[in-house]
Amino acid sequence: MKGYDLFELAVRNLRQSKLRNGLTTIGISVGVASLVAMLSLGVGLQQLATRRLAGSGMFDTVFVTSRQDFRGFDREDDQKAPHPDKAPVLDEPARVKMTQLANVTEVQPEIRVMGEVMSGGETHFGFVTGLPMSARENEAFDTLKGKFFSSDNADEAILLLDFAKELNPKNPSELIGQDISLRYGERQALTQDSSDRPQLTGGESNAIAAGDDFGFSVVRKQQKLRVIGLIDQEPYGGMRTVSRGRIFLPVATTERLNMAQFTDMRSSLRGASGKTYMTLTVRVKDPAKVQGVQDAISQMGFRTFSVLDATKSLRRFFTVLDLFLGIFGSLALAVATLAIINTLVMAVLERRREIGVMKAIGASDGDVKKLFFTEAGAMGFFGGMLGIALGFAIGKAINIGTGIYLVRHQLPAEPVWIMPVWLIGAAIGFSIVVSLLAGLYPASRAAKLDPVQTLKYE
Amino acid sequence: MSSLPATKLAPAVRAENVTRHYPMGESLIRAVDGVSLTIEPGEFVALLGQSGSGKSTLLNLLAGLDRPTSGSVSVHGRDLATMSSEELARYRRNDVGMVFQSFHLIPSMTITENVELPMRFAEVERAERAQRVRESLERVGLSKRMEHRPSQLSGGEQQRVSLARALANRPSLLLADEPTGNLDSRTGEDILNLIRDISLSLGMTVVMVTHERVLAERFAQRLIFLADGKLVAEEVRA
Repeated sequence: MKGYDLFELAVRNLRQSKLRNGLTTIGISVGVASLVAMLSLGVGLQQLATRRLAGSGMFDTVFVTSRQDFRGFDREDDQKAPHPDKAPVLDEPARVKMTQLANVTEVQPEIRVMGEVMSGGETHFGFVTGLPMSARENEAFDTLKGKFFSSDNADEAILLLDFAKELNPKNPSELIGQDISLRYGERQALTQDSSDRPQLTGGESNAIAAGDDFGFSVVRKQQKLRVIGLIDQEPYGGMRTVSRGRIFLPVATTERLNMAQFTDMRSSLRGASGKTYMTLTVRVKDPAKVQGVQDAISQMGFRTFSVLDATKSLRRFFTVLDLFLGIFGSLALAVATLAIINTLVMAVLERRREIGVMKAIGASDGDVKKLFFTEAGAMGFFGGMLGIALGFAIGKAINIGTGIYLVRHQLPAEPVWIMPVWLIGAAIGFSIVVSLLAGLYPASRAAKLDPVQTLKYE
Repeated sequence: MSSLPATKLAPAVRAENVTRHYPMGESLIRAVDGVSLTIEPGEFVALLGQSGSGKSTLLNLLAGLDRPTSGSVSVHGRDLATMSSEELARYRRNDVGMVFQSFHLIPSMTITENVELPMRFAEVERAERAQRVRESLERVGLSKRMEHRPSQLSGGEQQRVSLARALANRPSLLLADEPTGNLDSRTGEDILNLIRDISLSLGMTVVMVTHERVLAERFAQRLIFLADGKLVAEEVRA
């Protein structure tokens, strides 16, 4: 029998018992809908998490610290490596070396210092953070009011909205374009000539080369800055250090001003090391290359950390989540499969005579089998289509529901349920395959019917 | 299709010592028990006997719906016993037309669709089907009410539809199982007249199972009597 004849007969047979086949088809569609809804929820949640992480600008970043400064939590790791005091320090040559690594786009120091802003006769304390020009891509600047830094070295500041409200409670936006005065501590190197130079023991004095090797003093300074923008949240989500930055300057400006950092205390203890960095942020061209860069920097003897480490377990989590959602979603489809088997077995019993007649007038066993198969497949197809529509409606409802919930909690509404195109195709395909499997038994039962028996009793 | 070149030489049907036994509980039913017969092409043969005499079983064996326990059945020189079930289906589809006592039309299908059904199995082109449906229905004297359901027709009309369906694939052998059993005598005669006319005009061999001797004598060229699965008598008519 030809395909279109098969399909035509199958559809007309299905229409013979509209109620029963309709109910079975709806059963399949509920199964498909629940599977689609569950899997789409998994996909949506995964994309949400990935978007959050990607937006945070962490995916393409490796954080580098010196083993001298931070002892790892992993004792074994430390024991294998040489003694921390022999580990290299994060100084300018190390930074340059990292810049030259393949796939590295920039290496920025992490600068975070205490500062005070004078306003209306009052002082306002806040942490000052240096930001590279590449920070423009960070999601924190999606809602930037005003402008971003005009250059890496400009005397400009972007304020956190909370901080701006402190300075100007009524209308913080007015601050944009105004000048503020930032008070900070400048690190001034002590030279050998300095009157208050420290007493050095003989061995160390030979090692003294230049710069602030003797130590430094912190001198209060003031710098005029033009406020050019306001942001709602801190870029990089405060993941990098405990304190929250509220005043943002271009990173080169902070370096030029030579602001004294807490971490300078560590380097002041260490003789003959010159200026060192506590943390360097290495940005990689492509998240896929992060591992290679991380390995290369580890080879140099530094401690590294990237979100990649965190995403590995995240990905594992979502694989398990998808699996569970899929299993729960499949339960309804499994029940629907039983409904198909039941419906078709009933149909075989009811149509015994008809099957016998068809065989008598020339239908082969294969034709009969294919006919029942096609009926099962058609129910699967229609059930799948209906299920997609139903699943889509459920998903929309989930999105609207969570949207309302998020907005009520002052969070931006985001879709947690995303139905990718591949899932639509896969769901319909899966529904058809499952239906065909369910049709296997009834179809072979129909094909095996003995026409002589079915035609005998009249 | 139907008319093979061998038709003219070989007998239409040749059964040799055919048996068909069914186990029934402990005992064995010998429905057909050593029947041998030969039917020539174009012949109209009636199989007569009481119910349970094995005439319907024999007909099913000729139709390839059933396989003999022993012996052989060949149609146009082809041994049905050696055919696979797929080949038997093709044989029924192309070489045999069947008519039943209770018509066995498919109630959910219209007259047209019922007549078209065997052509679907035979994979006849769609365009050709409509024409052949009309042709078959005209041959049995039904060219109206083609879109009606079988239940809307009288018994005689239903049997005509069933005959048209049997003719759709232009078979060389028509097997009729009590074709007049559910009809009143006048309608039954009409149907048999029709079958005889078609047989004559198409050169089609007819084997009819019946227990109405009077009708058989009027229409068949040869009467074959069966009892307890055995061929007991034979009578050649005009």
